[in-house]
Amino acid sequence: MTHVHIPPVRTLVFVWLALICFTGLTSAVSYLELGWGNIVVALLIAVTKASLVAWIFMGVRYVTTLTKLFVVAGLVWLAIMILLTASDYNTRNWDYRPAPWSSAKSVGGSH
Amino acid sequence: MATLVANPPPTAPEEPVNYLNVEHTWKSWLFTTDHKRIAVLYILSITFMFFFGGAAAVAFRINLLTPQGIFAAETYNRLFSMHGIIMVFFFLVPSIPATLANFLIPIMVGAKDLAFPRVNLLSWYLYIIGAILAMYSVLRGGVDTGWTFYPPYSSTFSNSYVLSAAFGVFVAGFSSILTGLNFIVTVHKMRAPGMTWSRLPLFVWSNYATGLIQVLGTPVLAITLLLLAFERIAHIGIFDPAIGGDPILFQHLFWFYSHPAVYIMILPGMGVISEIIACFSRKRVFGYNFVAFSSMAIAVLSFVVWGHHMFVTGESVYATLAFSFLSFMVAVPSAIKVFNWTATMYKGSVSFDTPMLYAFGFIGLFTIGGLTGLYLAALGTDVATHGTYFIVAHFHYVMVGGMVMAFLGGMHYWWPKITGRMYSEAWSKFAALIVFIGFNLTFFPQFILGYLGMPRRYHAYPPEFQTLNVLSTAGASILGIGYIIPMIYLIYSLKYGAKAGPNPWGASGLEWQIPSPPTTFNFDVTPTVVEEAYNYGPVEEVIG
Amino acid sequence: MDASTLGMWTFLITEVLFFGGMFAAYAVYRNMYPQAFASTSVYMNVILGGTNTAVLICSSLTMALSVRAAQLSNRRHLMLFLVLTMIFGATFLVIKGFEYHDKWVEHLVPGFNFRYDEFPKYAHNAQILFFLYFCMTGMHALHMIVGLGLLSYLLVQAGRRMYSANYFAPVEMIGLYWHFVDVVWIFLFPLLYLIGHRR
Repeated sequence: MTHVHIPPVRTLVFVWLALICFTGLTSAVSYLELGWGNIVVALLIAVTKASLVAWIFMGVRYVTTLTKLFVVAGLVWLAIMILLTASDYNTRNWDYRPAPWSSAKSVGGSH
Repeated sequence: MATLVANPPPTAPEEPVNYLNVEHTWKSWLFTTDHKRIAVLYILSITFMFFFGGAAAVAFRINLLTPQGIFAAETYNRLFSMHGIIMVFFFLVPSIPATLANFLIPIMVGAKDLAFPRVNLLSWYLYIIGAILAMYSVLRGGVDTGWTFYPPYSSTFSNSYVLSAAFGVFVAGFSSILTGLNFIVTVHKMRAPGMTWSRLPLFVWSNYATGLIQVLGTPVLAITLLLLAFERIAHIGIFDPAIGGDPILFQHLFWFYSHPAVYIMILPGMGVISEIIACFSRKRVFGYNFVAFSSMAIAVLSFVVWGHHMFVTGESVYATLAFSFLSFMVAVPSAIKVFNWTATMYKGSVSFDTPMLYAFGFIGLFTIGGLTGLYLAALGTDVATHGTYFIVAHFHYVMVGGMVMAFLGGMHYWWPKITGRMYSEAWSKFAALIVFIGFNLTFFPQFILGYLGMPRRYHAYPPEFQTLNVLSTAGASILGIGYIIPMIYLIYSLKYGAKAGPNPWGASGLEWQIPSPPTTFNFDVTPTVVEEAYNYGPVEEVIG
Repeated sequence: MDASTLGMWTFLITEVLFFGGMFAAYAVYRNMYPQAFASTSVYMNVILGGTNTAVLICSSLTMALSVRAAQLSNRRHLMLFLVLTMIFGATFLVIKGFEYHDKWVEHLVPGFNFRYDEFPKYAHNAQILFFLYFCMTGMHALHMIVGLGLLSYLLVQAGRRMYSANYFAPVEMIGLYWHFVDVVWIFLFPLLYLIGHRR
């Protein structure tokens, strides 16, 4: 039986406060026009919030290395699925398309 | 030897108490948490589904005797779809894990049961519910989308019972997830003292790797089928080109599971072969570490090759390149295993008992199937043979020539342990021969047919293909007989077979140290393991 | 205990991949139709969505506190915090119900009454986002409902004095599940509500 780690209330409340602040922050930032920066910031904040929940609330801080490995593996597999699928969509328009004989521009590009 | 106190025989000359006779009520079976009883429940259910899926195959092979067929195209489509759905999701995926591994893994690691026995029972009930849903679909007329459920046909245009079939598969998927979860935690947390990872039988390694695939891949199938179901119900969805959706996305998500699924289907079989080859060559498996790590490598690599099912359906060329290369990589660990098995037999003392006959069949047929897989992994050749009988022959060689042979071999190998009885060796050898002949006669012509261009999933074909089709159907009838014969002599052996001792094969491993059949809690005292796996030296056969 | 933790995390991995399929679809289509997706944010109620996010974060706090109470054999606090968690969870679902109702009234349910008069050229592709919105939040809500069921089971068992410092595994395991459902929402909120700009 592993040693039980009982988190102090202060830690839990602090994490709660941080999560609330980050929620406000991500909502506020969404009103700014940052182009593709918007999604980057939003995801960074979301990842931070999720990490706080996992590390403190879910106790990943204290679990065995094996369990930590399982958590990481789940995320890695999710990444494989998303990235490899996206690699198809992102490379679909890389093909060279010869210009049609009736127009000067070449065909292609996403719609 | 593992230190172990054997179950002392009772004073009265009656049968000792084992997991089968400890209680006879139907409640004790339907509410059991004993992994061995659950394995038996699975054996019964899976066998039933196998013959059901096989019946569909008999029907459409009869159709293929003549170029114009006897069934309408719609009926034919439903037949092969149900054959695929039942065989893949209700036979192959659960087969060895839910039956043999369920029975053996706790014993092989030295535990009393799996980590979560009630979850194990839940797993079986989910399988049954899924099977009932699939049967409902069949009884209402079946589904005609192929086991791959591709939209937009399945979401918009098919008039068949897509939803019930998809829900049946969905529920069965959760059965698979829970089984895998149980194995993973059991192997990590419940090994007996001294049972280090490197002392585990390779059967355990294979099923552990299978569990990883089940846990990581099956949820994606679940959500994909759900999205398809929503699209079918709402008449609009994310795979619908009318709103800018992409049917290829369905294929990406579907094959993200279904390719690793084929490794769910073959890895346990490879584990069985490792056990059988070692026992009947009287030699430890050559290159244990390589075989163990190959199982893990297959589990990981299987997840990055799914695009090879979509080479001609609209992937980008660059994605196909990547997937083709990765598909070549995933063949390597399988090949390593085949080499190690043959090296195991070299200079071993080989005997030709029935399990070994099936193992031989596996090695030859799986190799052919695997090599043709490489042929298909190469883009140029795949473009020519995609959607033809070449593919059908390829996957039947690995699934049937490989996995089903391994399943039969494993059932024969562990039959004395599971039931406490020996079957007729003469009949079993005969049946193995019939299966081998029937199998090759059925599927080898299909390689030629596919190469010549006969498309798959067609109810009719040009007349010049008839001879090969007739050969294939003839083979199928022989194969069918080959599958029925074991049913007969195995059931016969339950009542009239010779009683088996703990170790009729003289094999090494914890499961052969306990009585046949085992008691409910497997071991009276938790064993302490002090030796490596496959301790084959001069072994006296333990009789009685 | 170790086995249960490993088992529950393995189960959570399956949930990651389960929701992950929808996230993959989202990623593909947002990349394909960025403007159509951005146009949908006008219809997303950030106040309700943000409030719901806060509600779930509070529920995570009370869940963590209930696990802590169980570890300390404090039955009264355990039951109090379980009840609070359930109240927060139910609040989330009620607010979600209002949101769904609003979507229905505004004709934003694909396949049933979808109309996109403000941005007709995005009418088709926006339906993909709304389809994903209902699928993802719907699946999430379903998991919340299951979570509420599990919490009520814990409450009943806690009432029977089943949990103490010697045995609190179910509380901890169900806590893990609850936190996971919160984490999913942490990603759903920015991805569904904060894509583009609102007036």
